[in-house]
Amino acid sequence: MVAGVAGGLADRLGVDPLLVRISFVVMTFAGGTGVIVYGALWALTPVGWPGPHHRSRPPTLQQSAALGLIALGVLLLLRQAGLWFGDALVFPVVLAAAGSAVVWTRGDEHDRDRWSRSAERVPRSAISAAAAGPASPVRVIVGTLLVAGAVAGFVAGTEGLAALRDVGLALIAAVGGVALLFGPWLWRLGEQLTAERRERIRQEERAELAAHLHDSVLQTLALIQRSADQPRRMVALARRQERELRSWLYGADGLRGATNLADAVEAVAEEVEAIHDLNVEVVVVGDAPLDERVAALLAATREACVNAAKHASVASVAVYVEVEDNEVLAFVRDRGRGFDPDRVPEDRHGIRDSMVSRLARHDGRARVLSTPGEGTEVELCVPRRRTATPETPAPSTAADPEVPA
Amino acid sequence: MTHPVRVFLVDDHELFRAGVKAELGRHVTLVGDAGDVDTAIQGIRAARPDVVLLDVHLPGGGGLAVLEGVHETHPDVRFLALSVSDAAEDVIRVIRGGARGYVTKTISPEDLVAAIVRVQQGDAVFSPRLAGFVLDAFAGSLPAGVGSADPELDQLTVREKEVLRHIARGYTYKEVAGRLFISVKTVETHVSSVLRKLQLSNRHELTAWAAGRDLL
Repeated sequence: MVAGVAGGLADRLGVDPLLVRISFVVMTFAGGTGVIVYGALWALTPVGWPGPHHRSRPPTLQQSAALGLIALGVLLLLRQAGLWFGDALVFPVVLAAAGSAVVWTRGDEHDRDRWSRSAERVPRSAISAAAAGPASPVRVIVGTLLVAGAVAGFVAGTEGLAALRDVGLALIAAVGGVALLFGPWLWRLGEQLTAERRERIRQEERAELAAHLHDSVLQTLALIQRSADQPRRMVALARRQERELRSWLYGADGLRGATNLADAVEAVAEEVEAIHDLNVEVVVVGDAPLDERVAALLAATREACVNAAKHASVASVAVYVEVEDNEVLAFVRDRGRGFDPDRVPEDRHGIRDSMVSRLARHDGRARVLSTPGEGTEVELCVPRRRTATPETPAPSTAADPEVPA
Repeated sequence: MTHPVRVFLVDDHELFRAGVKAELGRHVTLVGDAGDVDTAIQGIRAARPDVVLLDVHLPGGGGLAVLEGVHETHPDVRFLALSVSDAAEDVIRVIRGGARGYVTKTISPEDLVAAIVRVQQGDAVFSPRLAGFVLDAFAGSLPAGVGSADPELDQLTVREKEVLRHIARGYTYKEVAGRLFISVKTVETHVSSVLRKLQLSNRHELTAWAAGRDLL
């Protein structure tokens, strides 16, 4: 609580920090040593353990047992050193704490609250609690042994110190022997667990990669194989997959939510490519944040690309966007069959509505140059907003004399 | 052209090499091919091609290693870089390494042949994308903090910028010439001059630009 030693230790050992704090309190009862140990750990513990976070994972039996053994060893040492309130008091408290710990480590928050009041005072309740849940047999046995020891301690304490000392010493000797026998094995087991966890994380990453490739590249390859007799479609599929993979690999994900011009142009190109079998070659010089003027320019650019896809009968269209100091220019060019701009029927809205008037509303302009047989170039332009102050879009009725007919 | 251009092909993808051979076989003379840096350098020194079609991403040091290795002994061999990547750093790096042009692997066979001939004649090949990169690099559209007092800012003349802009818009050299009322030769001169500036200007600025744009 003071320096986070208990929390850190608990984190490392994978047990509840409250358990560690209880251990410190118990040791404080045993001659006030808990305070000293706390201080020593504070001084010796490195700042921040490396490796993955342990807390989210329930503690293993091995870790809990190891913690218990450590606590016992320390207690024995204290007893030897004379820092002791008396066997009759200390051992039952220790064993009761250990027994409750077995219960604690597997109860959820709600159960802990219920048990927390009784477990420390009445060790017997730990037996039923441990047996009630879906506990492993080993854990139940350990818990039972501990609580039995605590009971034995109480009984022995009431009949005489000599008997208690015998029981206590026998117990400690047995536990110490077990620790010597299984200590290294337990340690190795812990290491193996860590290695296994790392391997699992690696496998999960690999699985994620495989899932992505399956959903994207493999699907596209399958589609390409099935459309071998349609070269245009094959190219479009490959193109689309290339873009998708590139953005996934190089982190430009979420193009749809692009906030700058360069990404947004790519997104528009990608969209047009996906809908129409058309390669959109994009070149962007400079960059600018997206505001409604730039958005209008993009919408007009998109329309120009779609027009090329529909009418020019070409396989590719070149989009060039340049950000200048005062304006943003966009050129959409195809080498298709072209048309005579003066002879477009009145009822065709694409050029007039989607490009000319849309840009006019944003003080921009649009121009279509086309020669039958040579291709079409659409030139789009909006002025750049120099200040950051937002401004309501001009009403749609605003006529712009600069717009060519 | 009076005689077919002698071309050497360097690419580590066998499938791609086979594809290019099939596409170009009728228009150029393929004098050899290689799939890694060492074989490529030896092969080019032995075959003395007019033009080397060079893949940028090559095991054992990349296309740049081939460029440098060959230029040491045979500075007259011309390189046309070829890559799936449009990454600015790749483009700038091979151009600065001495390549006379850069095209992506999605280029059509006819355009590739035209580009090879152009490089063989000593001119530069700028794809729309490369033209865009150069305009960007020289236009002072550097991110804030990277070379604010850009000494390369005025390095391109107004005419050169105009030519590059048209190339970036997808026009051929011939079309650019027609639109700007200049000869094709003049367009080629402008582009070659831009190439030289790109190769010789302050390395740090261009590298910083490529890195700063995060275009890898």
